[in-house]
Amino acid sequence: MTVSHYVTGFILSLALTLMAYYVAVYHPTHSLVLLILVVLAITQLAVQLLYFLHLGEEVGPKLKQLSFWFMATSLIIIVVGSVWIMSNLNERMMHFSPQEKTEYMLREYDKGF
Amino acid sequence: MSSVAETPEQKHLLSKTTIGFWLYLMTDCLLFATLFATFAVLRGATAGGPDGAEIYEMPVVLAETIILLTSSFTCGMALLGMMAKNTKQVLWSLVATFLLGLAFVVIEVAEFAKLIAEGHGPQASAFLSAFFTLVGTHGLHVSVGLLWLIIIGVLIWKRGLTSKLTRSLTLFALFWHFLDLIWIFVFTVVYLMGVVV
Repeated sequence: MTVSHYVTGFILSLALTLMAYYVAVYHPTHSLVLLILVVLAITQLAVQLLYFLHLGEEVGPKLKQLSFWFMATSLIIIVVGSVWIMSNLNERMMHFSPQEKTEYMLREYDKGF
Repeated sequence: MSSVAETPEQKHLLSKTTIGFWLYLMTDCLLFATLFATFAVLRGATAGGPDGAEIYEMPVVLAETIILLTSSFTCGMALLGMMAKNTKQVLWSLVATFLLGLAFVVIEVAEFAKLIAEGHGPQASAFLSAFFTLVGTHGLHVSVGLLWLIIIGVLIWKRGLTSKLTRSLTLFALFWHFLDLIWIFVFTVVYLMGVVV
């Protein structure tokens, strides 16, 4: 860990932040904007993990890395799973009126699991 | 981290406490993951109220982001000062970190107060509930971090860089960098994607 290490991390983070801000605020309708934002955020994640949180500098058993990757896997399952299931449900049910929704739920309930 | 501790026993203790604290950060990350998932699901559920693009003040949010990034950097400087056994550098860096962190919290509270005054409080829609919960939980973490920072700063000022305080400061730096990282995702997912979608 040296000063130049932190300065590099800081400048990279700042540049990535400004780039993401520029893209989202000045070109919000561009077709690739979401993809660009995701790529910039993941790059920023890598920069901060390496330069600020010093992941990967461990010696001996790599417990930090192990727990990090376990957390990352759980995180992806939680976030992607929730969004996937809920948007699917939304798609299937949103064209119903509230009355139809109740009837549908009761019908499904009667079927049992 | 290894250059901090002097004896092998201290080194061992430091790496052990760091692992324990790191595990806490990982579970905290999962807490934020559930809040992010909730927000992603509810972002469109505005109940006829405003969506993100209508209520976010992007220049203010950019300022918050730069302030928090800079505070992460000054926190790193405190850590470097600690390794060089330079108590003065540690204290000044901590003061800078504190002021920047405080500025961040003040801006965020002002943003919340303004939204609530305009009738866009957390009770207005599922989107706003999710927004206040996610951003507020991060703000709460930063506030707790500031409290911790005051305690560490005062103790270092009174007692100097003892091995116990060295350990606390190492863990605090991890916590602070972690909050900065979470904010990057709040910034991207809540604010930037909010103006785009």
